[in-house]
Amino acid sequence: MSDQHPTTAATPRLSYLRFIQALVSRSMEGSAAFYVWMIVLTAIALVGAHTWAQQTVHGMAVTGMSDHVSWGLYIANFTFMVGLAAGGVMMVIPAYLYHHEDMHDVVIIGELLAVAAIVMALLFVVADLGRPDRFWHMLPFVGRFHWPVSMLTWDVLVLNGYLLINLHVVGYLLYTRYLGRTPERRWYVPFVFLSIGWAFSIHTVTAFLYSGLGGRPFWNTALLAPRFLASAFVTGPAFIVLLLQIVQRTTRFRVPEGAVQTLLSIVRVTCVINLFMLGSELFTVFYGGGAHAASARYLFLGAHGHHELVPWIWSAVTLNVGAAVVFLTPALSRHRGVLNTALAATFVGVWIEKGMGLIIPGFIPSTLHELVPYVPSRAEWQVTAGIWAFGFMVLTVALKLGLRVFTGELHADEPAPAPGAALPAEVA
Amino acid sequence: MLGATLGAAAFARAMAPLAELTESTSVAEFMQKHYRELSRDEMHKVLRRLEGETERRYGREVTIRDVRPTPGVQFAYALNLSVCIGCRQCAEACHQENNHDRATHNSYIRVLEMENGSNDMERGRTDYDHAVPAPGKFYMPVQCQQCENPPCTKVCPVEATWQEPDGIVVVDYNWCIGCRYCEAACPYHARRFNWERPVVPADEINPDQAYLSNRIRPQGVVEKCTFCLHRTREGRLPACLEACPTGARVFGNVLDPDSDIRWVLENKRVFVLKEELGTQPRFFYFFDV
Repeated sequence: MSDQHPTTAATPRLSYLRFIQALVSRSMEGSAAFYVWMIVLTAIALVGAHTWAQQTVHGMAVTGMSDHVSWGLYIANFTFMVGLAAGGVMMVIPAYLYHHEDMHDVVIIGELLAVAAIVMALLFVVADLGRPDRFWHMLPFVGRFHWPVSMLTWDVLVLNGYLLINLHVVGYLLYTRYLGRTPERRWYVPFVFLSIGWAFSIHTVTAFLYSGLGGRPFWNTALLAPRFLASAFVTGPAFIVLLLQIVQRTTRFRVPEGAVQTLLSIVRVTCVINLFMLGSELFTVFYGGGAHAASARYLFLGAHGHHELVPWIWSAVTLNVGAAVVFLTPALSRHRGVLNTALAATFVGVWIEKGMGLIIPGFIPSTLHELVPYVPSRAEWQVTAGIWAFGFMVLTVALKLGLRVFTGELHADEPAPAPGAALPAEVA
Repeated sequence: MLGATLGAAAFARAMAPLAELTESTSVAEFMQKHYRELSRDEMHKVLRRLEGETERRYGREVTIRDVRPTPGVQFAYALNLSVCIGCRQCAEACHQENNHDRATHNSYIRVLEMENGSNDMERGRTDYDHAVPAPGKFYMPVQCQQCENPPCTKVCPVEATWQEPDGIVVVDYNWCIGCRYCEAACPYHARRFNWERPVVPADEINPDQAYLSNRIRPQGVVEKCTFCLHRTREGRLPACLEACPTGARVFGNVLDPDSDIRWVLENKRVFVLKEELGTQPRFFYFFDV
């Protein structure tokens, strides 16, 4: 391997481990605002951790789930998070497949988002396990890994694989940047292409978890995987556009305007595809009628005096349709404030649609056609908020360190703060 | 540094309840192998340990056996809907036989009250509360259908549930991780999850227990009907059948040409639930007309 030294100064050789160590030691640097943000997140994460510990000891009776609705808020969030992780790849495709220069600079943000989202997805699965102490039963070779028959084992493989691929790409790019070397293409480009295919696989496999169940008509549709991907490619870019604006304001990283425009054109298309597929689903279910429509009827209209999900789903529809109108009307999307509201709205809209709107009605009515409603308990909300807070902590620290390496503020030559930095310390 | 220390301390404090778990879970329990990997010797040790745990926790001396299937036996069950009166005696017998949690009044059997002239479950209800049989109604008890092509075992990520050679689908309660994927996959609402540690008063515990069937289940794992394998594999009948006051239930070995179940399958027009799903139940229904 030939070492390239773009800088004239001799770059100290630094092992990958020492590089990680160096980053970790700088991870607590930041402004007062950064500290407030992290302390608030830590507090929420700790409440979540404590509630989870209690749930593990006292049993999952602390949740609102039952034998009728045996998956709830945790699996709903898990599904959404897998989508967000897959959506991050929408930055990688323009950058590497179409050599979009502006995207090249921001692609690392999408990958860091994918890492944080996968961590959250995995935590939501752990939170949903009745026996997390038996986690090792699921390890290949050590336990009894029911692969390839169980779709859940596929999900374990693709999710962890996606996490590793993204960690490798991000880690390698930042490591070389930190050392002042030029990254060698053969060490990351193949993995970038692998991650593109892999991103599709994580959400496809997650959709197959549900659509493969013949006994659950609401999920048993071939449209589920395409719908999952379409909505993932709404939330991923939407979240990143919002994130890029925050990055622009709080770091020295300069976000190229072309990147934002590309992501917005992606959202413009995917949000319409997503709504179209929802419409197709609704037509099939309501026009044909019959028992297969029972879940959809409960979700959209309520049934037998139960309306628990009706406000959720109509909020989702309103948010998604409203956002689509904004995206497709240049007069509206020209205003940053309106546009940002629409991006946030569709993020929340998809969260509801894919979470409470997709997982819960699969169980209502039950397979024996009993209608037992589900309302998430306080404990579930606390654990969920805790995992979200932890995810934001991971994302914040990863972005802060990653971007400081990227802009050259952090590098191997100067472990101490750069003396030449003339900018005020408004760096978060 | 201070921040990291404070953070670690706070995290340890938040996770403190888990200490209770390490006290109640023994190393032997944590390390226990999958049912099908246990040698005869290891199985013996596991059974004695489980008996000891039951006695300590529930104050009752019980026998837990490992009852294996008999070669040449294929179990099947049939239920005469013309005779069933919906009294739920079967569900109650299941509740007691299988050491179900008392507070939730759990049972592997749910009885649907259906409207005459319709086989549509959507028009049936399980929460009926009046004298039975009610006019214009018929009753359909539903429990695990012990499918030949079980969707529940397929989805399990750790092979904690499988079909035995005699057709009974079982769960290793000490291997299940509690993901409840099987519960989502089952089209017959046959599986139950232990949302809490089951509570059964000592004097109500059925002490005749088996590893794969009615021993008191741990918290956080899935359980299901096992056709009372601790009874049926030794030639006795399921508890639900014995409790039925009208003789609506027929159980036996389909490979035995003289068995009652064989007679029903050969002479009655039987049907199975949700045949279109291709699960191939071993539980049949028929009318007496």
